[in-house]
Amino acid sequence: MERTALRGRLTWLEAEVVQLVQETARVKTIVFRVPGWTGHLPGQHVDIRLTAEDGYQAQRSYSIANANNNEHVALTVEAVENGEVSPYLVDELVAGDRIELRGPIGGYFVWEPSLGGPLQLIAGGSGLVPLMAMIRSQMSYASPVRTNLVASARSWEELIYRDELEKLSRERDDFDVVYTLTRSQPHGWNGYGRRIDKDLLAASTFAVEEAPLIFVCGPTGFVETAAAIMLELGHQPGGIKTERFGPSGG
Amino acid sequence: MNSDTHLDGNSIGSLLQDLFGREMTDQRACCDACGAINPLATARVYVDAPGHVVRCAICGTVVLVAVTVPTGVRISFQALRWVELAP
Amino acid sequence: MSLISRGFQRRREVEASPDRVPPGQYVTNDFPVLSAGPTPRISAEEWRFRVTSERGEETTWTWEEFSALPAEAVKVDIHCVTKWSKLDTDWRGVSVDTILKGVGSSAAFATAHSYGGYTTNLPVVDLTGGKAWIAFQYGGQPLAPEHGGPARLLVPHLYFWKSAKWIHRLELRDSDRPGFWESLGYHGYGDPWKEQRYAGD
Ligand SMILES: Cc1cc2nc3c(=O)[nH]c(=O)nc-3n(C[C@H](O)[C@H](O)[C@H](O)COP(=O)(O)OP(=O)(O)OC[C@H]3O[C@@H](n4cnc5c(N)ncnc54)[C@H](O)[C@@H]3O)c2cc1C
Ligand SMILES: [Zn+2]
Repeated sequence: MERTALRGRLTWLEAEVVQLVQETARVKTIVFRVPGWTGHLPGQHVDIRLTAEDGYQAQRSYSIANANNNEHVALTVEAVENGEVSPYLVDELVAGDRIELRGPIGGYFVWEPSLGGPLQLIAGGSGLVPLMAMIRSQMSYASPVRTNLVASARSWEELIYRDELEKLSRERDDFDVVYTLTRSQPHGWNGYGRRIDKDLLAASTFAVEEAPLIFVCGPTGFVETAAAIMLELGHQPGGIKTERFGPSGG
Repeated sequence: MNSDTHLDGNSIGSLLQDLFGREMTDQRACCDACGAINPLATARVYVDAPGHVVRCAICGTVVLVAVTVPTGVRISFQALRWVELAP
Repeated sequence: MSLISRGFQRRREVEASPDRVPPGQYVTNDFPVLSAGPTPRISAEEWRFRVTSERGEETTWTWEEFSALPAEAVKVDIHCVTKWSKLDTDWRGVSVDTILKGVGSSAAFATAHSYGGYTTNLPVVDLTGGKAWIAFQYGGQPLAPEHGGPARLLVPHLYFWKSAKWIHRLELRDSDRPGFWESLGYHGYGDPWKEQRYAGD
């Protein structure tokens, strides 16, 4: 028996690509079928492992984008320029390919119904991925909590999930989204067009009195900035949960 | 150029799980250097070095290091006063 | 056995002849930044460089004093244990021979200490004889903090983790003591041509 199969250990599972969705020019959602998957909570991630012919291995983390759904795990990956792993996932994988992954991983950056709300989500670039899993999950519950999302992207074209977010915000009273487009804005844009700052977050997030649960995710610099501002606005440190994806892409 | 390249304790969730046999990122740990008590997820993690270097988010002290050597993954407890396992 | 990922390859950017590149290395045009912690930002005013001898004698240079020492241009290949090599890198620095000239020492070992707490150990013979520098320029520019500025150790014939960034002190010792990575299982010496990555290699 493999040693990794011991209780509580994570085992590498074979995941088969079943669907690919082009989200933006450089971002794809890759849906895997993972026999043996035991389900996940919104906010959790997986480790993926690639192995070359010569035995060389590379391992990276990717957040789970979908609500718990049997054996299906959806990842949304941005192809980072000169990246070793992300361009492979985005440009090479086709339906039927198999890779290894293990998970679900994480117990801190997760939202469960028992935690309640309201839910304040703040996303930079692909940091939207785990927050989208929270939105998707809790919108399917009987009594969803009020949710507000601030999403920062370089441009409208580079904003992932935008059709789904637009639809949700039109159709649901309990869901609001505020966009800020940092590099370029479409003609006639009347949303924000700058990097997040104190005024922007003060105007577009739940007030301190509402005691929101705050989740911030994105490139490291973005997360540091957003978390510091939320503290400055008077939110409790324990109420702000953060997850950093690494060097800045957006 | 920005030097914000570090990750946080969420990124070592699987490593901690290998080590403790359970999910650990939401468990609290105490830094031996400054006494700060925070969930492991909030630690700073530097991964572009030859190993994973985990630092206290408050004072920057190296609390844990993980390096992969030919015989396995070595985890060095450098400045963790305690780690709590909540029931 | 791991599943092979169809079409997946280790990143390889530049082809180079094997006599130029140590075994197991690939050549890159980038200058990857590897750090085990936040980047210290040290101004010229607050910067100090010290050498402590095995008898506890201390010599200190301010930035001004250090800048007055004779410096030389160095063009070398560098090899990182994480498997990238970079060819023909241009530095300017003060030879460690120059630094040690006025320091009375017969110590065989040294530990380099950095701002930020990093340490690495080297034999003194690998720091002398024109093999090592305290470098303060890279590519004609002041050395950026990300790459170890104001000044770093440069010991190109050993794996690059020996070339301590943000060098603050050179401790000369009678006995060898493993540095940060060395104490965790990395090789004590680190010759890239012998692939001395880990203790025992
Ligand atoms: C917990 C966690 C969850 C994550 N979830 C996601 C996710 O859902 N979707 C997603 O696309 N990514 C996610 N990431 C980031 C992902 O793990 C990789 O870091 C990213 O895909 C780059 O890997 P690479 O091999 O392509 O690049 P590398 O070969 O590692 O790096 C190549 C170059 O790109 C730079 N770089 C590295 N990471 C990034 C980055 N994140 N953004 C911009 N530049 C970078 C490097 O500095 C380097 O210069 C997550 C990271 C963590 C820690
Ligand atoms: Zn501390």
